Amino acid sequence: MKSGRLLTTVVAPLIALVIAFGIAALALLLVDINPITAYQEMLSFGTSTESLIITVNNALPLFVSALAVGIGFKMGLFNIGVEGAYLIAALFAAYVGAQFSITPILHVSAILLVAAGVGAFWAWMPAMLKVKRGVHEVISTIMLNYIALALSAYLFLNVFRAETAGLTIATDLIPETGWIPSLNPILGWFGIEARAGANLHGFLLIAIVLGIAYHYLVNKSRFGYDLRSSGVNPTAASASGVDPKRMVIRTMLISGALAGLVGIAPLLGFYHQYPQDFPRNFGFNGIAVALLGRNHPVGMAFGALLFGFMQRSSLILDLVSVPKEIVTIIQGIVVLAVVIVYEVISRYVNRRVIAAAAAATDTAPDAPAVAA
Amino acid sequence: MGEAPALQLEGVTKRYPGVVANKDVELTVVDSEIHAVVGENGAGKSTLMKIIYGMVRPDEGTIRIDGEQVSFRTPKEAIDAGIGMVHQHFMLADNLTVLENVILGSEPRSGVMIDFDSAAERIRHLGNAYGLRLDPDQKVESLSVGERQRVEIIKVLYRGARILILDEPTAVLVPQEVTDLFRSCLNLKGEGHTIIFISHKLDEVLAIADHITVMRDGQTVGTTTPSEVDARQLAEMMIGSELPSPETRESTVQEKVLLRVADLSLQSETGRSELDGIGFEVHAGEIVGVAGVDGNGQTQLVDSIIGLRPESTGEITLDGASLKDIPTRERREAGIGLIPEDRHRQGLLLPSPLWENAALGHQAKEPYANGIWIDKRGAREQTEEIVRRFDVMTPNVDVPAAALSGGNQQKLVVGREIMAGPVVLIAAQPTRGIDIGAQAAVWEELKTARAAGMGILLISADLDELIGLSDTIHVLFEGRFVARLDPAEITPEILGSYMTGAGEKKAS
Repeated sequence: MKSGRLLTTVVAPLIALVIAFGIAALALLLVDINPITAYQEMLSFGTSTESLIITVNNALPLFVSALAVGIGFKMGLFNIGVEGAYLIAALFAAYVGAQFSITPILHVSAILLVAAGVGAFWAWMPAMLKVKRGVHEVISTIMLNYIALALSAYLFLNVFRAETAGLTIATDLIPETGWIPSLNPILGWFGIEARAGANLHGFLLIAIVLGIAYHYLVNKSRFGYDLRSSGVNPTAASASGVDPKRMVIRTMLISGALAGLVGIAPLLGFYHQYPQDFPRNFGFNGIAVALLGRNHPVGMAFGALLFGFMQRSSLILDLVSVPKEIVTIIQGIVVLAVVIVYEVISRYVNRRVIAAAAAATDTAPDAPAVAA
Repeated sequence: MGEAPALQLEGVTKRYPGVVANKDVELTVVDSEIHAVVGENGAGKSTLMKIIYGMVRPDEGTIRIDGEQVSFRTPKEAIDAGIGMVHQHFMLADNLTVLENVILGSEPRSGVMIDFDSAAERIRHLGNAYGLRLDPDQKVESLSVGERQRVEIIKVLYRGARILILDEPTAVLVPQEVTDLFRSCLNLKGEGHTIIFISHKLDEVLAIADHITVMRDGQTVGTTTPSEVDARQLAEMMIGSELPSPETRESTVQEKVLLRVADLSLQSETGRSELDGIGFEVHAGEIVGVAGVDGNGQTQLVDSIIGLRPESTGEITLDGASLKDIPTRERREAGIGLIPEDRHRQGLLLPSPLWENAALGHQAKEPYANGIWIDKRGAREQTEEIVRRFDVMTPNVDVPAAALSGGNQQKLVVGREIMAGPVVLIAAQPTRGIDIGAQAAVWEELKTARAAGMGILLISADLDELIGLSDTIHVLFEGRFVARLDPAEITPEILGSYMTGAGEKKAS
C-alpha cells in the first residue's frame, strides 16, 4: 500500500515532468536552439526572490480555479465554466467593492462574498439545466463561458466603467479598505527583502484556508463521502440514499463559489479595480492544474506552483531569443503526460494490490477490471 | 469413433499471482456433441473458456483441435481455427441493424463497398438452417433478449465457427426462450457443429448435454453423462460434499407488521405498467419470498420501497409510519436495509477501500459518522467486525472492494446490512453468483436475523432458496402478484409454473 501511494503521488508526476521537458527539448532542437541553455536561463531567472514571489502570485488564481474544477471532478461533474464565472464574478466584485468603504476586514469579506455569490449563481444555471432538463454540464458551461465573456464586456463598457477619464479604461478604484495587503512585511521578518513590484499577495492565506477546507469537505465529511460515492458509482450512491439531483446542485454551487474567488488575488492584491485587460484563462488552466494534481489539494498546489513558475520563468526566453510559446507547449505536454503516466502507474498499482489480496485470501477477485 | 476429438485439452494449467485458476485440466469434446461444463463460480470455467478462445495463454498443457496441437495468441486465431464464443453479456451495437452487427469486423466487400445483399442472404440462410430466424434489417435495440442472443450466435456462425462456446446462455432468458435456444442447439448439433455449454443450472444441463464435465477449484473432477447422474449428485460433485440446505426451522412470525405495501403501482416513462396493484405485509420474524423470472418487476418493487421511484402510487408503511414523500436517505435511516440484486451496480464502490464500502447506505449514522464528519476509526472498527463475524476473506479493511472474490464481496454487503440492524431487510438475490459455501453462510445469517425478529423481504430466482427460507411466497409475474403460496406445500416445479404465468388461474 505505502509504496503504491508513493508511486502514484510522487513518481508519476516526476516521470511526466521528465517526459514533458524531454519532448520540449526535442522541439527546441528542431528549431536549432540548445534546450539546456534555454532551461538554464529559465531556472536561474525563475529562482530569484522576485520571481519566486511572482510564481506564488501566479499560482494563487490557478489553485483556486483547480479547487473549483476538482470538487466537480470528484463526483464526475465537469465544470468547464470556471472561466466565465470568475470573469463575471470579478467584475461584479470590483464594482460593488468600489461603492463603499468600511472596516478593512468587513470590506474585503463583503467583496469575497459578492464574488463567491456571483460565481455560485453562474454555476447554479448549468446545475438546474442538468437536473431539470438533462442538459450535460459540459455543453451548458462552455456556452455560458461565451455568454459570460460577452456579458461582462457589455456590462463593463456600458454600466460599470468609471466616469473619470484615466489612462486606462477600468471600473472605479476600490477604496484601500477593500484591498488585501501584501505579505512582504512578514517576509521581512524572515530577512527576505523583495524589490518593489514583487508583492506577495495576502490572498495566499485565504488560498491556504480554502485548500484545507476543501480537504476536510471532500475527504473527511459526510458530504464528501456522498460526493465521492456519486463519482465512483452513482447508482450505488443513490441506493445508499444520496439524492443525485441535490448533489449536483450543491456541488455546482460550491464549485461556482470557488470559481468566483479565482479573480480575487489579482483584483484585490494588484489591480484594485477591474481593468479592460483583466487576466484571462485562469479557468481553463485550472482544469489542467486539477488534472495535474489529481484533484488533491496538495497536488493541485504543486501543479499551480509549477504553472506559475513556468509562466514567470518564460519571460526570460524572449530576451535570449527563444520563443516563449515553448512554455505553453511544455504545459500542455505535462498535463497529457501526467494523465497518461498516472493511468499506467495506477493500473499497475491496482493490479498489484488486487493480486496481493487474492494471494492473501487464496481467491479470485470479482471485478470487471480484473476479468478484462 | 476412431476420429480425433473436436477439442482436447490435456494438463492445462494457468496460474495468476497467488491463485491457480486452472490446474491440470482435462477436457475431451467429441465432434458434433453438446458438452456441458459445470462448476461453481470461481471453479475456473471462465478462465478455461478464455484459454480455449485465445484470450488467455495457459502456462502448461496442450490444446488439440481435430487432433492437431494449437496455440492461440489472440481470439482472432481461435476464430480462424473455427472456434466461436457467445458471451454472457452481449456485445452488440444497439443502434445498428442485425445485419450490420453480424458483419461488423468481417464485412464482405465488392470493390470498396460493403456487399450488404450477399451478407443478408447468408444471414437468412443461416437463420433458416438452424432455426435462428431474424430479420437482418431490424435494429438490435428493438430485439428481445432471446433475439439478441440469436444475433450473437449467428455472428459466430457467420465467421465460420464449428465449435461454439456458449457462456451461461440461459442466465438471461425466460423459459420459452430457453426452449427455443435448446432447439437451435440441437439443430446445430445435427448439422455437425460442436457446442460447449457452460452453466450452473443443472436441470438444463441434464436436459441438453451429451457429456458433462464438472469443475471444482480450478480442476476438472470428472466427466459424466446425463443418464448416469441426477441434479443432486451433480451438485455434490461440484462442491465436493453434501449439499447445504436453506431450510428454516419452526416459524418465528410475530403479530407485528413491519412493512406494509398496499396497491403499489408504477408506470414507466413510456406509460408501460411496471408494477400493478402490489400488496403484501412483512411481519416481525417473517421472511416473505417474492418469486419470479428476472425482469417481471423485481427491480421496480425494490426501487419503489427504498424511494428511488417516487412516482410510484399506493401506500408503503414501515413500522406503522407512512413512507410517502420520504426520500431514500431517510427511509434507509428509518430502518430499511438493502442487499441489492446486483452488488456491483447498487451495492459497492469497487475502487474504494472496504471500510468505505461498509459505510455505504449507513454513512449518516454511527459508527460510520460522527456529526457531519465520517468517523474513519469507527468505520474501520465496524468493518473489521463485519469481516470477522461474516468470515469475509480479506487481508485487511483497506484493500479496494474490487480485490475481493464475488462471494466475499457479497458477504461484506450482507454483513453490513445485517449488522446495521434494520427493521426490514430487503434481500434481493442474496446468494446470486456466489459459492455454495458462502451461500450457506448467507442463509444462516438470514435465518438468525429472522429469529431475532427482523422482517425480511426475500426476492430470488433460486426456487430452492425461496421455498427453504420463506414463510410466505408471492409470485411476481409481469408486475403483478399472481399467487400467494405456502412454501410448506409446494415444489419447485409448481412454483416454476406459476412464475411463467401458467398457474395464474388456479391461484385465484
